[in-house]
Amino acid sequence: MSDVVEKTLTALPSLLSLDSQPGSAKLSSNSKLGNLIRGITELTSKHEEEKLIQHELSSIKEQVSSPNTTMRQMRELMVRAVYCEMLGYEASFSYIHAIKLAQQGNVLEKRVGYLAVSLFLNENHELLLLLVNTVLKDLQSTNLIEVCMALTVVCQIFPKDMIPAILPIVEEKLNHPKEIIRRKAVLALHKFYLIAPNQVQHIHNKFRKALCDKDPGVMTASLHIYLQLIQENAEAYKDLTASFVTILKQVVGGKLPMDFNYHSVPAPWLQIQLLRILSLLGKNDQRTSEVMYEVLDESLRRAEMNHNITYAILYECVKCVYTIHPKSELLEKAATCIGNFVLSPKINLKYLGLKALTYVVQQDPKLALQHQMTIIECLDHSDVIIKRETLELLFRITNAQNVTVIVEKMLDFLRLSKDDHTTVDLAGKVAELAEKYAPDNEWFIQTMNAVFSLGGDMMQPEIPNGFLKLLSEGFDSEEEDRKLRLFAVNSYISLLQGDPSKLPQRFLQVICWVLGEYSYLKDDLDPVVVLRLLAQLLDMKGSSSDTKSWVLVAMTKLCWSETAVSVAQQVAETYSSSFDTTLRQRAQELQHLSRDSQLHSRVLPPGGSLEPVEVDSSLSFLDGFVSEALSAGAAPYKPLHQRQEELSRSKALSLEPYGLSLPISTSSCSITDRQSPTLLSTSSGLSGDSTDFSHRGSSTTLKLDGVRRVWGREGYLAQKEPVEEVAQVEIPSPLRSPGQQGDADSCHSRTPTANPEGDREKQQLASSLFGGLSSQSSVCLMEKSERFGRKAKGQRASSTPNEQRSDPSVSSSSAVDNLLCNNLLEENSEPIDSSTKQTFQHPQSLRVPNGACDAEAIISDDDTKGRNRPVSPEEHVEGDDFPPCEDKSKDLSLTAHLPAELSGFSHSEIIPLCSNRSLDLSACHVQTDNTVVLVVFVTNSSEDANLQIQVLSEELEVCCPCESPVEEVRGHSVSVRQYSLTVKRPLVHFELVGRLSYSAAGTLQSMQFSYKLPLTSFIRPLTVSTEEYGSMWLAFSHDTKQNLTLMKEEQEPLSATLNALKKKLSLHVVEIIGVEGLVACSLLQDQPCLMHCRVHAGRLAVWLRSPVADLPDCLLYHCQRALQEH
Amino acid sequence: MFFLGQSSSGTHRMIKFVLMVNQQGQTRLSRYYEPVELSRRAALEADAVRCCLSRKKDQCSFVEYKDFKLVYRQYAALIIVVGVSDGENELSIYELIHNFVEVLDKHFSRVSELDIMFNLDSIHIILDEMIQNGHIVETNKNRILAPLTAINKMVEG
Repeated sequence: MSDVVEKTLTALPSLLSLDSQPGSAKLSSNSKLGNLIRGITELTSKHEEEKLIQHELSSIKEQVSSPNTTMRQMRELMVRAVYCEMLGYEASFSYIHAIKLAQQGNVLEKRVGYLAVSLFLNENHELLLLLVNTVLKDLQSTNLIEVCMALTVVCQIFPKDMIPAILPIVEEKLNHPKEIIRRKAVLALHKFYLIAPNQVQHIHNKFRKALCDKDPGVMTASLHIYLQLIQENAEAYKDLTASFVTILKQVVGGKLPMDFNYHSVPAPWLQIQLLRILSLLGKNDQRTSEVMYEVLDESLRRAEMNHNITYAILYECVKCVYTIHPKSELLEKAATCIGNFVLSPKINLKYLGLKALTYVVQQDPKLALQHQMTIIECLDHSDVIIKRETLELLFRITNAQNVTVIVEKMLDFLRLSKDDHTTVDLAGKVAELAEKYAPDNEWFIQTMNAVFSLGGDMMQPEIPNGFLKLLSEGFDSEEEDRKLRLFAVNSYISLLQGDPSKLPQRFLQVICWVLGEYSYLKDDLDPVVVLRLLAQLLDMKGSSSDTKSWVLVAMTKLCWSETAVSVAQQVAETYSSSFDTTLRQRAQELQHLSRDSQLHSRVLPPGGSLEPVEVDSSLSFLDGFVSEALSAGAAPYKPLHQRQEELSRSKALSLEPYGLSLPISTSSCSITDRQSPTLLSTSSGLSGDSTDFSHRGSSTTLKLDGVRRVWGREGYLAQKEPVEEVAQVEIPSPLRSPGQQGDADSCHSRTPTANPEGDREKQQLASSLFGGLSSQSSVCLMEKSERFGRKAKGQRASSTPNEQRSDPSVSSSSAVDNLLCNNLLEENSEPIDSSTKQTFQHPQSLRVPNGACDAEAIISDDDTKGRNRPVSPEEHVEGDDFPPCEDKSKDLSLTAHLPAELSGFSHSEIIPLCSNRSLDLSACHVQTDNTVVLVVFVTNSSEDANLQIQVLSEELEVCCPCESPVEEVRGHSVSVRQYSLTVKRPLVHFELVGRLSYSAAGTLQSMQFSYKLPLTSFIRPLTVSTEEYGSMWLAFSHDTKQNLTLMKEEQEPLSATLNALKKKLSLHVVEIIGVEGLVACSLLQDQPCLMHCRVHAGRLAVWLRSPVADLPDCLLYHCQRALQEH
Repeated sequence: MFFLGQSSSGTHRMIKFVLMVNQQGQTRLSRYYEPVELSRRAALEADAVRCCLSRKKDQCSFVEYKDFKLVYRQYAALIIVVGVSDGENELSIYELIHNFVEVLDKHFSRVSELDIMFNLDSIHIILDEMIQNGHIVETNKNRILAPLTAINKMVEG
């Protein structure tokens, strides 16, 4: 630390009260700014501050809008406004004046104008567009200072859409003779890369030029871009390794001008940056790593000066040595280095040492062993940060042998922690360790009890969810499961008998569920006792209505015996008139089920607790409602982000005249925000985030992924209790063994082991903490997984257990779909197992060798589902006189009537639509390469008749190739009509309505029918190259984004998911690049839709674009369905 | 809580904000490199300062704060606090603060708190040369001061 500065600043407080000191002397003390500052320094309360600033704001407001205000005064006003905003008071009225100041002021005023703009506005502020022209003008100024400040503001804040307007000028500046201009131009490009990477894609070679610039500042600036690029794709920049090594050598060797030194250390921050780049390049790459060994060695050697900044470099160096391909000599030196850090009396170094140690123990757990005594000292350090960092380190070296000690240490810390974030973080870590390495049931339950009580209600919802899942799914051994559950029950009963009002709501909910499910396991426990304990929770003041619902559900499960029923009835009575609708609902359920024991055992049947629950997660029962609403003219649902984008687009349009003064036409500007997905990765990270967000707001999958869904598993209908246990439960013996009492309390009362016993204690602690470290390699250390571990992993991967439980009927049928669709799309001539085919099609109908595919996988799936569901509010096929039992042989024979020209294509199941005594009307649709044809079969089972069929649809164009609408159908024959269908407007499902009129024997009769087919029937793969895809992408204006579920394929979840989509929806996979996939299809021939997929946070972020409105949304719907049914 | 998710650039390391606060908790300078709503800043600043002030002299200069870290350094009554993401090298930021103070000292020849208050714009201009978008872009004192010096010369001359 510089003593000079220290002393200077120490003298400050005394200066504050005086006016005559050098800093403020030049500002007249009665200037407005001076007054404000004086006012601020004299403030004694928040109230005073508010009064002062409000007064100031109104005074500023008055002056800025006065025409007589000079630019000089305006500058002062802006600084005052900055002050107000700095104290948290909005001065939005001054924003426009800041822009004006940047436009019109002289250099200093202009700089302050730009500064105020960059402080006031955020990246998306619309006023920012007004700055573009000023920036453009200044960039072209002959005054270097103006160019410089324009570049500075561009580096800080610039509207993404307007980058093309200034990009050529900025690029030009890369060749400027002044190094400061070149440097700032490079930084501006870095900024562009951050906000719109595809815009600067073409100038990568210029980055290289900057890297080789003779000025070290310009070179340094280019490293920012390279660090970013290498983070994204290290492979592409391996060839630059030697250059970075050379640069680092020169820097370390002191070849830079003296003024780059900081306390005699040459360009330390530059060294750090280079070391970060090198570690990225050398990671998992021996050849590249070898190139840098020498310079790393030199860095380790050079940095021996005793100054903080050299330690900062050393830390980075050590990390690099441990990241790249290992070299024992270097590792040794790095380890010594870490040792020096950890042992240092300087607390900041100790911290850094622990951090480094935490980083390296994954590679080398022995290092932790070496420093075990220091680590133990740090564990009891007076500084909480050091403790915390030590726990982080211990967390990394936990194994089955030391888990109990480490978890105890973590819980000790947790008990004292006041910071919410730390609590949430640590509670999660303890739960993770407990699930992975728990030595026995007892310990596991007690640890989880501690986690639940300490983690409170801030805790990640995954923790209780995962715990319940683990408990309910159990392990391999029934007996073990029983013991674990029984232990949990015992533990919770005693907790409830203690003081449950202290327990967090989340914990109470867990307790309720467990008692509801498993209290029967305890032979000597009367359910009435449990019911009374639960009822007591209802009366507790702090219980949330959520918890109360859990209580009621648990009670519903428990009311078997007479006495239990009477307790339940009482409770139900109270809550059946609750204001809370959920509670009321639960109470009603309790009331009804407890009254009717037969119903109770049917709803909660024996042995059913693990029966899969069928959940229609796509909400397909609403399809009818949605399509009805759509056909009635309702606007299709648009996700939030799309609405916002459209809004912002329309805003951008209103500014069009402004764009005329730009050298680049506005049309190209407006295109710029439509980045090509092939090029971007940073911005697609952005889009990924926004999809995350919109996903939460979207209608179809939202509620399923949320917390409530998982918790909802205890939903009253889903849970079933083994009936045979009733007898056991009814034995009334509420005895408890004393050992089971207050087990959670004992957790609380354990005290930290800090005591004067000193060294021996510590030695003991060390041996328990570092147990298993010496004997095990790091690999088995991390992979050591107990039975708990396996479960824990599975549970983390899927936050929604319900969705995983597939309905057997659906899964089997979708397997068939796959098989069949596979054949169609890939045109494999693999022989199909005919037995599989029979599920959908009758063997006689298979006239086409390849065409066996049921082209309408989705519709058929719906149908299967619909039949499985007891109550389906929607029927896919509606007909006026549709007989409930159809004679199947009828439509078998119909297949034979399929027109010859269509026989080569796949057709959907022939569905009877309407019939009466003499006529049957059935239909199917056939997908040809470029059309969809509706084929209507009319079977006349009586005498000759004249008939007329009209088919209409609002969204489809229906074209009948036959000339005369009236046709004579002879008796006992089949008449076939074809209608080719074209999409007018994309919809998820299309509905055709028709009327059949016929006259037979002089009477005129008519019937109505309707037919439904999905959008997917019209989708065909679109074969394009990646380049074509890229250019098409930019041209399309309608888009939608969403996050979809990734298939849980271990190897390649992306390609597996894309293949599934390809099979189900006839898509064409253009290319898969790393975590991104490009998919294309078209709505029949000429209406393309592109899909950009990216794996993001375990989900598939898809972005669809098309020139056709609504097509992306509709297609997205089918993608969702396809993946859910998969 | 205060920050809208991960930094948009996708980098792991970055500076989130720079604060200059006095011991009474009054903000003398604040610069954010990640969008934080104006209404939330005051609370964040008060919180951060409380966090730093509550620590003893012999304790570590780095504090955990929500999901990131605070690196702070005290000069007389003035505390400079820098919020950094977890992956950042705290010690290098600690020294960056000192470099910043040295630059100020050089420009104002013996900087004082009042200098900072009366020259808020200049302080910002200096800081803008050093840190942009949460990245350290210049640490060479002469080069940091060059633009400001040039502007001042032009105005005077």
